[in-house]
Amino acid sequence: MATLEIHDLHVTVEADNATKEILKGVDLTVKQGETHAIMGPNGSGKSTLAYSLAGHPKYTITSGTVTLDGEDVLEMSVDERARAGVFLAMQYPVEVPGVSVSNFLRTSATAIRGEAPKLRTWVKEVKEAMEHLNMDPSFAERNVNEGFSGGEKKRHEILQLELLKPKIAILDETDSGLDVDALRIVSEGVNRVRETGEVGTLLITHYTRILRYIKPDQVHVFAGGKIVESGGPELADKLENEGYEAYTKGGASA
Amino acid sequence: MAEAQNIPVGSTTAGQIAVAAESTVATRMSAPPSFDVADFPVPHGREEEWRFTPLERLRGLHDGTAVATGDGVKVDIEAPEGVVVETVGRDDARLGRAGTPVDRIAAQAYSAFEKAGVVTVPKETVLTEPIRIAVRGEGGVAYGHQVIELGAFAEAVVVIDHTGDAVLAANVDYILGDGAKLTVVSVQDWDDKAVHVGQHNALIGRDAGFKSFVVTFGGDVVRLHPRVAYAGTGGEAELFGLYFTDSGQHQEHRLLVDHNTPHCKSNVAYKGALQGDGAHAVWIGDVLIEAKAEGTDTYEMNRNLVLTDGARVDSVPNLEIETGEIVGAGHASATGRFDDEQLFYLMARGIPAEEARRLVVRGFFAELVQQIGVDDIEERLLVKIDEELEASV
Repeated sequence: MATLEIHDLHVTVEADNATKEILKGVDLTVKQGETHAIMGPNGSGKSTLAYSLAGHPKYTITSGTVTLDGEDVLEMSVDERARAGVFLAMQYPVEVPGVSVSNFLRTSATAIRGEAPKLRTWVKEVKEAMEHLNMDPSFAERNVNEGFSGGEKKRHEILQLELLKPKIAILDETDSGLDVDALRIVSEGVNRVRETGEVGTLLITHYTRILRYIKPDQVHVFAGGKIVESGGPELADKLENEGYEAYTKGGASA
Repeated sequence: MAEAQNIPVGSTTAGQIAVAAESTVATRMSAPPSFDVADFPVPHGREEEWRFTPLERLRGLHDGTAVATGDGVKVDIEAPEGVVVETVGRDDARLGRAGTPVDRIAAQAYSAFEKAGVVTVPKETVLTEPIRIAVRGEGGVAYGHQVIELGAFAEAVVVIDHTGDAVLAANVDYILGDGAKLTVVSVQDWDDKAVHVGQHNALIGRDAGFKSFVVTFGGDVVRLHPRVAYAGTGGEAELFGLYFTDSGQHQEHRLLVDHNTPHCKSNVAYKGALQGDGAHAVWIGDVLIEAKAEGTDTYEMNRNLVLTDGARVDSVPNLEIETGEIVGAGHASATGRFDDEQLFYLMARGIPAEEARRLVVRGFFAELVQQIGVDDIEERLLVKIDEELEASV
């Protein structure tokens, strides 16, 4: 069973000619089949955690370890991490001019699976996945994220999640900017992947709204660059009622 | 392109639409068009038409010091049956009818060539196979002139393929009779040291269609003037270009579409990718709609994809409209970069860096490549694009 283990992770970023520590010792273990929600106020470092796990060059790991089934993830290049089974659904997916969605998906699936998917089954697979997400077939001919609405970008991220079948899925504020219908469609996509029992999900969010659709096994409160409290789904209810105030004041000095 | 308005450091994208009583396209040149090199002063580099060009790398083509060596280029022409292929002297009346040299090097070429080539597709002859003109650089200096003429309602595809190493100044005239259809693919696939300067003039007959692909990959300096004018109403010009400018290369395309006749169309689309230190692409797109050219429909577009730091693009679309009685006129220029975020996104989906780059560049060029319609050329261009990318990574 795949396990992602994050131990005492410290991460810095260069900003305004200064080095700033964003993550200050994150510990977290996510196992295949589990869903962990990471909730926290803006600026707490949630997205930094997501991008650091995926290997974005902007972030420097200063100490700590991340392993996937014992393999050192931090030693891997960005594409190696993806091929090892780490998937990041981005908050702000990037536009790639000149590359069609269909070409992108196939190239990506080929890289992840280690061989080109058979054309006939692939076409069917993509078509079905797109139907599930309420995506028009013409979507496949558009350039990646170019001119996509906020909702289209997020559906496209979840489409990739469904096709690439990672071991660990990190969803970075996938719910942000979505109306209720889009949120439902996207959540159903995530749930289809979760129901296979083969993915460990790290659901990063600012709001509790998405947790009505995607039920977490554990909820972690993230503040001041680390996890300050962990609990069951009931912790989300507490946050819903009380907000993050208790953590931003106490957490910052802790 | 999404990054349409992102202009990388070190590039300029200027554009203007002028409604002019007097043509600035013509007057901003330092001398009026002429076949005689003596009518042009030796450029010093600050003139409008030379300011982007590294004169010191032109190997003397611009100042009269480049003397033809006799081993400049070898030209082989392969033509299907029905096509007349001739080599003629300087006094042949069929030379120089499509346009007059507009700068000193084009005039130098016209003043210095010894023999010219004339390829004629007789009227109503429709070719099913391309005419292939191989220009192989043999390391020396050469001046040349080539005429390609299609009689009324003739149809042909011509591939002019430049390879090897040479210092070449050569002009090409395309003359299209009424209703003729000509597709030209000019490939500049030179070795690294080559210098190639020339003016390509197309004169489009009534209801004729001219489609041009200018594909520039190689050379140290390539500077071409693709130019179009119309000899009758109803003419259509499609001018497509692709360039892949590598470290240290200077590739300059200076277009003019002269809408000098009513009810003609033009569509210009040039796309370039750049990578490496000192890669410099220049695109000048001039469209002039003369007062008499009512009913004109024109659009021009230049797109650049900057793959690495250190490359520079100068893109200058310029549209001059002397009559308001037109169907449409527009232009666009955009320079975007393949940036670290795009690379990260593709790599985060398991795609290795080199493949990510290839995916983006192939996609960027694909829409133009697919329109060429000559299979072996299309395939070669895609292979070439891959080679260029592999050389850099």
